[in-house]
Amino acid sequence: MDISPDPRPVLELRDIVKTYGGVHALDTVSFTLLPGEVHCLAGENGSGKSTLIKIISGVETPDSGVIVVGGQRHTSMTPASAIAAGVQVIYQDFSLFPNLTVAENIAMPRHLALGGRLYSARAARPVAQAIVTELGLRLDLDADVEQLSVADKQLTAICRALVSDARIIIMDEPTTALTGAEVTALFALVRRLQSRGVSLIFVSHKLDEVLRVSQRLTVLRNGGWVATGAARDYDRDAIAGLMTGKEIDTSRVVSAVPLDAPVALEVRGLGRPGAFADVDLVVRCGEIVGLTGLLGSGRGEIAEAIFGVHPATTGTIAVGGHQVRIQSIPDAIAAGIGYVPADRLTQGLFLDDSIADNVAAACITAFAGRGRLLDRTRMRTLIQSIAGRLRIKAPNLSVAVRSLSGGNAQRVVLAKWLMTKPKVLLLNGPTVGVDVGSKSEILEILRTQATSGMGVVVISDDIPELYSACHRVLIVAGGRIVSELAGDAVRVDTIEKRIAA
Amino acid sequence: MSAPARSLRRWPWLSRWPGRNNEGYLAALLVLVVGVMSVVSPAFLSVHTLFSVIRGATVPWIFAMGVLLVLVSGGIDVSFPAIAVFAAYSAVAVTTARGVDAGLFGTFALAMAVGCVLGLVNGVLIARFRLPTLIVTLGTAGFFRGAMITFVGATYIAQLPRSLAEQSTRSLIAVNTEAGTTFVHVLVVPVLILILLIAWGLKRTMFGRTAYAIGGDPEAARRVGIPVQRTQIVLYVLVGALAAFGGMVFTIEGQAADPQMLMGIELDTIAAVVLGGASIFGGRGSVLGTVLGVLLVQVINNSLVLVGVPTAWQRATVGLLLLIGVGAQAFAGRRPRRSTASGSPVPAAQPEREQVAS
Repeated sequence: MDISPDPRPVLELRDIVKTYGGVHALDTVSFTLLPGEVHCLAGENGSGKSTLIKIISGVETPDSGVIVVGGQRHTSMTPASAIAAGVQVIYQDFSLFPNLTVAENIAMPRHLALGGRLYSARAARPVAQAIVTELGLRLDLDADVEQLSVADKQLTAICRALVSDARIIIMDEPTTALTGAEVTALFALVRRLQSRGVSLIFVSHKLDEVLRVSQRLTVLRNGGWVATGAARDYDRDAIAGLMTGKEIDTSRVVSAVPLDAPVALEVRGLGRPGAFADVDLVVRCGEIVGLTGLLGSGRGEIAEAIFGVHPATTGTIAVGGHQVRIQSIPDAIAAGIGYVPADRLTQGLFLDDSIADNVAAACITAFAGRGRLLDRTRMRTLIQSIAGRLRIKAPNLSVAVRSLSGGNAQRVVLAKWLMTKPKVLLLNGPTVGVDVGSKSEILEILRTQATSGMGVVVISDDIPELYSACHRVLIVAGGRIVSELAGDAVRVDTIEKRIAA
Repeated sequence: MSAPARSLRRWPWLSRWPGRNNEGYLAALLVLVVGVMSVVSPAFLSVHTLFSVIRGATVPWIFAMGVLLVLVSGGIDVSFPAIAVFAAYSAVAVTTARGVDAGLFGTFALAMAVGCVLGLVNGVLIARFRLPTLIVTLGTAGFFRGAMITFVGATYIAQLPRSLAEQSTRSLIAVNTEAGTTFVHVLVVPVLILILLIAWGLKRTMFGRTAYAIGGDPEAARRVGIPVQRTQIVLYVLVGALAAFGGMVFTIEGQAADPQMLMGIELDTIAAVVLGGASIFGGRGSVLGTVLGVLLVQVINNSLVLVGVPTAWQRATVGLLLLIGVGAQAFAGRRPRRSTASGSPVPAAQPEREQVAS
């Protein structure tokens, strides 16, 4: 999309400074947003992207600097004044009301902003219906938001923003929880929004997506501005280099696993009606096996069955050569299986508890000392050593996990399972929502764990990641393993082709 | 599939069965209990029982409305009995001590003003300092009762001012039966009006909708520009006024101002509201469900008396009802939620969840 030659910016930030307790979250950062453009804000976790968004949306007040929205100068915004100026944020968690209907979620905030005192569900519905129809979406307006899929929640949030006359929409990691098809649909919608004159700020880790959808990009690093330019002038590696300030290695690194290495996990004829059938899977000690396929293929179900979340009804599972019966999660843990779930923030962590408590959660019984009391000293030393090994970045181990960045939170989940010393570790989307730098570090951790004799299974959509770390890649379709790639056959294009087949 | 589809078209309300908060199940349960009791004890199905249930429900209805408002907004309140006693007892004690009669409306206004102030204390502590509602109201409940006994008085006032005493014996309807005269107190009228007002307020005003929104997700509420603190404070002031109103009605019905009254009523009230479908996690609940929940608790209590169950077991039953209500919510909450995990396939997800629920 072309940008007119001399556009007046719809939003301008000049020399914004924000410090938290003496630490510069943003250090004299400037940013301009042109009408109708998609402007990507790129940066690693902790680079200051989130702080910048919070300042634009009025959630945080800058220490100094100027915000110009629609020609109006502000030294700070409040959430209400930002909304009045046409700024809307689609948060990563969407910030919807799970207990209210889609229609009310869409219509109510606008009604509130207009100063309405009375509310009528019957009057709200056409307002919501109008925007849904205009965007050509299919949304059940009468469903409660908590019943929606992630993609539909996002669409609801976008509709809500548009109904409130948004001229600037900020999307925070909008594609993290979406499938490939849903991402394509979202981008089509983004283009339609552009043609309505809406400007978008797009925050993402996924560099391919950034380049697909945005016209310009701004890179932040450690709270400072690094670069701004036309998206077409950059490629993946260039942005990654700017974000991290170092070269990122995405090449394939796999250790040699001898053919006679002991088998860590052996699954034969595993099946559960309606989910998957006849699944055979062998993972040797030291091996990283990738499991991929389209969403709905059953790949997540297979992992959940092995971990006892929804046990399989047929087939056998053997760990380290011993057959085990897995009917529940404790069975799986006792058998030496660890599982890092897909949605680590809701399934894998106690967000308000400390790093140390989270790490200890899965193996707390192992620290029972005399008289079943916890052996705190031993626990603390072990947690400290593992946190150090995984390089969890935090002031100390008693801070709440909620305050950590995505990459660090993922490391806490990893640490938790490594504490149980599993023989087999299953990971579902281990680097979803994690920035480039942390991603390669997490893969490196997995490689190290495998080398020390663990069997690792990675379930992932991220094909470059599978290519980079997996000895073998299995492709799941319709609940069955339909294809296996090993050695030199593991190539990005081959995997893509097999998945699409 | 076709038969139910046709009947849905003919009776559109059927498609909404059992209601957003399962009010339909509750109504069915109520009918079931009444049916069973009528068989067990023929004396049960009578005007006498009906009036006795309504009399018994009048005060709990008021308190339940307050508890509903708090639950909907994501909190829980155990201080309303203390506020009710403090407000009603103080209003009566202060006027009696001065030898004046503030009149029916004057005394109610005085009590409700006191209730507003005590509610404001709760609201400020909860909203401004973002403290957990259970602990705050537990603390204020103790404080209010203690402060009242220290500063207002602890004597049982058997003689209400004349304007109140007059109301004590005024009936809306009185019916003569073989068992004697049975009646419905006139104060049920303002209570029913109050219930309708709250139903309207929760459904049709932005204040009501923002209360639901805050109960659903307070952070999201803040982000869309809802004045969360102000709404919460106003809400607790309102709940304080409701508690005071309930305290006054209780005082008039009981024909005495007792500083020890309404002990333990929080259990019955919260049980009734939770049975009525209001979620203890906030954001869900309806006036209709709450009204039915209170009725159910009253009918069950009445039935237990009729079949000769000792009083101690009635407390246990109410406690059990609360647990059943919470249990039903936990069970129902597990069922409809669709998985949002990105790794789980959409088609396989459906049968799987039914497996979990069964």
